[in-house]
This record gives sequence, C-alpha cells and structure tokens, in this order.
Amino acid sequence: MIPIIPDVLVEYQSEIWVSIGESSIMVGFSVLAALLVGLPIGTFLFLCRKGQLLENRIVFSSLNLIVNIIRSFPFLLLVIFMIPFTRFVMGTAIGTAAATLPMMVIAIAHYSRLVEQSLLDVPKGVIHAAVSMGASVKDIIFKFLYVEARSALVLSMTTSTISFISYSTIMGVVGGGGIGDFAIRYGYLQYRTDLMVYIIIIIVIFVQIIQYTGITLARKIDKR
Amino acid sequence: MITLQNVTKRYGTFEAIQSISLHIKPGEIHGIIGASGAGKSTLLRMMNLLEKPDEGDVIINNKKINHLKGKEIRHIRQSLGMIFQGHNLVGNKTVFGNVAVPLEIAKVEKKHRTERVMESLQFVGLETFKDKYPRQLSGGQKQRVAIARAIVNDPKVLLCDEPTSSLDSTTTMEILEVLKQINQKLNVTIVIVSHEMDVIRSLSERVTVMADGQIYDVVDIKPTGVHKIKKGAATFVEQLKSGGDSNHS
Ligand SMILES: Nc1ncnc2c1ncn2[C@@H]1O[C@H](COP(=O)(O)OP(=O)(O)OP(=O)(O)O)[C@@H](O)[C@H]1O
Ligand SMILES: [Mg+2]
Repeated sequence: MIPIIPDVLVEYQSEIWVSIGESSIMVGFSVLAALLVGLPIGTFLFLCRKGQLLENRIVFSSLNLIVNIIRSFPFLLLVIFMIPFTRFVMGTAIGTAAATLPMMVIAIAHYSRLVEQSLLDVPKGVIHAAVSMGASVKDIIFKFLYVEARSALVLSMTTSTISFISYSTIMGVVGGGGIGDFAIRYGYLQYRTDLMVYIIIIIVIFVQIIQYTGITLARKIDKR
Repeated sequence: MITLQNVTKRYGTFEAIQSISLHIKPGEIHGIIGASGAGKSTLLRMMNLLEKPDEGDVIINNKKINHLKGKEIRHIRQSLGMIFQGHNLVGNKTVFGNVAVPLEIAKVEKKHRTERVMESLQFVGLETFKDKYPRQLSGGQKQRVAIARAIVNDPKVLLCDEPTSSLDSTTTMEILEVLKQINQKLNVTIVIVSHEMDVIRSLSERVTVMADGQIYDVVDIKPTGVHKIKKGAATFVEQLKSGGDSNHS
C-alpha cells in the first residue's frame, strides 16, 4: 500500500523537515538535561527530605523553592525573563541553540520533581534494609532506589518529554523555530489551516509513539 | 560478642531506653520480649548503630563502636546480618540478585559471589528459586530470601526484629527452624526481638524482658514448644520461668 501523503505536506516538505530537526534539537537536549542534571537533583531533593538519608531542612527547602519557582513560571515568561542570561551564556538570545537553554532549565526542574515523587514510592523498609547491611548512599541510590523506582522513572521521563514537546512549540518567539512555530506561522499568520491541521496530526502521532514506547518499556522492566 | 553498657536513647525528652546494660554471649540465641513500645526495636537497632546511644557504649568483640563514623560503621554493619518484620526485598531484583547485594556492597570479588549466593540460598532451601522475583514467592519464602541475604556475608551475629510477626503459625515455625539451623550449623549468634511468647520460647536460651525502656528481668530458659501469649512484663517472666502452659488466656 502506498501511504497517502497530502499534497501540501509534500509541497512544504523541506521546510517541515527542517522544523522537525529544530524541534528534535530542542526536545533532545531537554531530555539530556533532564537525565544528566534533573535526575541527580531530583534524587538529592528526595534524599534531603525529612526522615531520609541526607535529611537537611535548609538544603531541601531552598532547592524545593527553586524548583517550584521555575515550574510555576508561565513558560513563555520564563523564556523572555531568561533572555539576558541566555545572551550571556550562548552569545545570542535568538535561534534554535539559544532557545534550547530555557528549555533545558524547565526540563531539569520538571523532571527533578517527578524523580523525587517516583523515589517516594520506594518502600521505606527497602531503604532501612539497605542501611542495615552497610550500604553507602551511592549503593542505596544505584542498587536500591533506581532499581526499585525504574518504571516510575521511565514513565516520568515519558511525561516530561511530552511536556517538552509542548514547551518547544512556542519557541518561535525567540526564533527557535521547530514544528510548532511552523504550524503557527502558516496556520495562524497565513491562514493555512489545512497545513496547521496536518502538522498537529504529526505532533499527535509523535506524542502517541513516545507515550506508547514509554509505557511499554516501563511495563517490561517492572517486576514487582 | 555484643555488650551494651549503660546505654540511653532519647527522643526529645522521652527516654526510649534508660541506661540499659546487656551482654549477648557468643553463640547464644538471645530473645528480647516486651509489650509494644517497651523499646525492643530501639535496643536491637543500637547493636548495629542504626540508633546511636545518647549515653553509654556499644561494644562488639571488645571494641567500642559507638564513636565510629560513616565508613567504619558501614563496615561493622556489613558484618552483622539483620532481618525485619517485612522482607524488604527489592521487587525488581531476582532472588539471586537480592541475595547478591550485600556481597556487592562489601566489594566481594565477582567470581566468588555466585558460589556464596547459592550456598546461602541452599541453606534456606530456595536454590531452585534463584531466578524468580519476590512477587512470585509466598510470604515465608520471601522471608527466607531475606534471611539468605542477611547471612550471605558470613555474619557472626544475626539481628532479628519481629521476623515472624506477619506470618501464619506454620510459616513461623519454618522460619524459626531456619534460624535454629543458622545458629547451630553456621555458629551465628542470634538476637531476636518479638512480642510473641511462643516465638521467643521455642528459640531462645536467654530472654531479656523489657518494660518501659528498662530491663525488667533476664531469664535463662530451655527452648521448648509453643505456648500462648500473655501481656505484661511480669506475666512474661512468670511464663518463661514456669514452663508457661498454665493460665492460658
Ligand atoms: N524515631 C522515633 N522518634 C520518636 N519516638 C520514637 C522513635 N522511635 C521509637 N520511638 C519511641 O520509643 C519507644 C520504643 O520504641 P520501639 O520501637 O523500640 O518499641 P518496641 O518495643 O519495638 O515496640 P513494638 O513492639 O511496637 O515494635 C516507643 O514509645 C516509641 O514511640
Ligand atoms: Mg519494634
């Protein structure tokens, strides 16, 4: 069977591919930041909570507050608020690379909160047993917490990634481009509703694929 | 083996343990019994410094350990096994994986691990279950895996906090039998906390009876069969000393 691709998509395909590429960069780096920075911060946040291994009220409250502030910023405002900082770090505040920075910041805050929540579901007894057998904090993180919470961590990553896609759609305001910006430019500014609808369908398909992959993987690695 | 010397533990102004001295002899099975809130768990948890005494000393093999820090404490804990009321197994690890963890933590070389895990599993009779996950096991089997995990690193002492309290009576007997074997065949000193008279009686040679953060009495007994439970420190002592099958409640 030959897939039926609407003519408009064929007509604009090179531009669409570029947009998809830009979206992939923004979302991809966000996922990377979430994993490399959000995961450790979320873990640390969990460990600093009351009654946990590294209990520390001051550190917990400060970190908790920062994460909350970033997460409660309307994203568009965060992007604009961050422009001076983005310019300082990236040399420019315009373009896909520059747009990736605020995306990474929100990604870290977003995922770290979900990591903290996921780790809260690990039975306390498991951690007690770990401590009683002389495990170090590092042992407890890697041999107990991450093992026991792994499907929750995968599901959280899935949820986060889908949010990142949504965040990425407004990055046109700082010239970040991406598939969302493409849809807005043509659908809203040039009244190409047909094109916009097709782009929305493409985004929905992407989200479905990510959701399905995440759930399937989470289920597969859950042996509890 | 383990000596507590005038240990006191406070939570705020409340003294959960009030200047207790207790000596656990090498090779014995020592029971600790008492009503809920008497301080049994707290006392047991001091023996591997899960709780640090506010006053007094914890001495293991003639060495004071209560002033040790981080790494040294972890080292001591690695040489003392502990089991709890819950099995506390990692659900995402196989039986084998769970039992292997203490060896990984103690940095035992990989090539020696398999053999030791299998020995440990054989001891509790679960070697054929090594690739199963905890959810595929019964409550008693899970507790046996927890025991295998606690003894895999050849501890000299096994600390047990209500290990049978969430099991039915048949399974309880099985677990107690395993603990007896560990004491006799592996020469492991056992300290077992319980509020159940029959558990303590069928296993222990000496019993510390606790009430309100203090030792009410230490009683020498010969382990016997199963008896009914009565509450209150005086009744515990009376039952331990008399043979206990009078006045069932
Ligand atoms: N972390 C804590 N903070 C405050 N109080 C505590 C803490 N742990 C224990 N206690 C108190 O210390 C006392 C002794 O507790 P412990 O757990 O040792 O009792 P137990 O004899 O083991 O009781 P049970 O049979 O119910 O397990 C109790 O009154 C308890 O409320
Ligand atoms: Mg207790």
